[in-house]
Amino acid sequence: MTTTTIAGHEVDVNEEGFLTRPEEWSEDLAPELAQLIGLQLSEDHWKLIHFLREDYAAQGETATLRRVSTQTGTPVKTLFTLFPGKPAKKMAYVSGLPKPKGCV
Amino acid sequence: MTATDTAPAIVPSFDDPSSEGRKLAIICSKGSLDMAYPGLILANAAIGEGVETHLFFTFWGFDMINKATMGDLKFSFVGNTAMHPPGHTGLGIHHMLGALPGATAAATALLKKQIAEQDVPEVPEFLELLSASGVHLWACRMSADMNHLTEDDLYEGVEGIISASDFIELTDGAQLLFI
Repeated sequence: MTTTTIAGHEVDVNEEGFLTRPEEWSEDLAPELAQLIGLQLSEDHWKLIHFLREDYAAQGETATLRRVSTQTGTPVKTLFTLFPGKPAKKMAYVSGLPKPKGCV
Repeated sequence: MTATDTAPAIVPSFDDPSSEGRKLAIICSKGSLDMAYPGLILANAAIGEGVETHLFFTFWGFDMINKATMGDLKFSFVGNTAMHPPGHTGLGIHHMLGALPGATAAATALLKKQIAEQDVPEVPEFLELLSASGVHLWACRMSADMNHLTEDDLYEGVEGIISASDFIELTDGAQLLFI
């Protein structure tokens, strides 16, 4: 585990760069994390990030892409547009959460 | 650069160029409920990892995309010596009991329940999910002809009925799975 500073916040990250302590995440960190992976956050991104944070707090694990889609009523296609390529991992990263473990 | 460093910021390599151009082709040749899922789940995982993914439905796998059968695939444990009740791996059920009337319906209902408990959708909804995610779905020409089926009989997300050689051509360079 490594400690790194992103936008003035000292955070613990794993070897891939994911935050290892979700409680070290804050709303002003999200745009910085997003920028590091080439994303600019819009209202639509924020809606999903808020869901992911709340769902993680309630469930203790990161929502899978399908769960994000069904629980927020966001079409899967939109998720792929907002977080291109690897949507589930990118959402988790920007939200300061571990990669989702579920298969579907 | 907004990341100031104690150690340099480690950023996940989501768009690593070395994984660009990766392709996966999965041939789905089985029409039973238990054998339909591996291909669907792997395709979903692959597309979520940014891998170009193609599914080719052939022979019994055609039942997965035939509108008349896709919602009603069945699971029989005849011939499956690994059969056991959920959560009781040491407790075998003789596979020939699966030949008794009603056994297939009961086993199918149980498996569907277990799958639903994992929040994994039924086959038609799963195909919708894959299609919306950008997975390419292809139907086998010979299977269509043998069963006198046309595109109208197939799930709408199927992009076309293509020959085996068309499939080989369009999956040039792909990793391949036969299920």
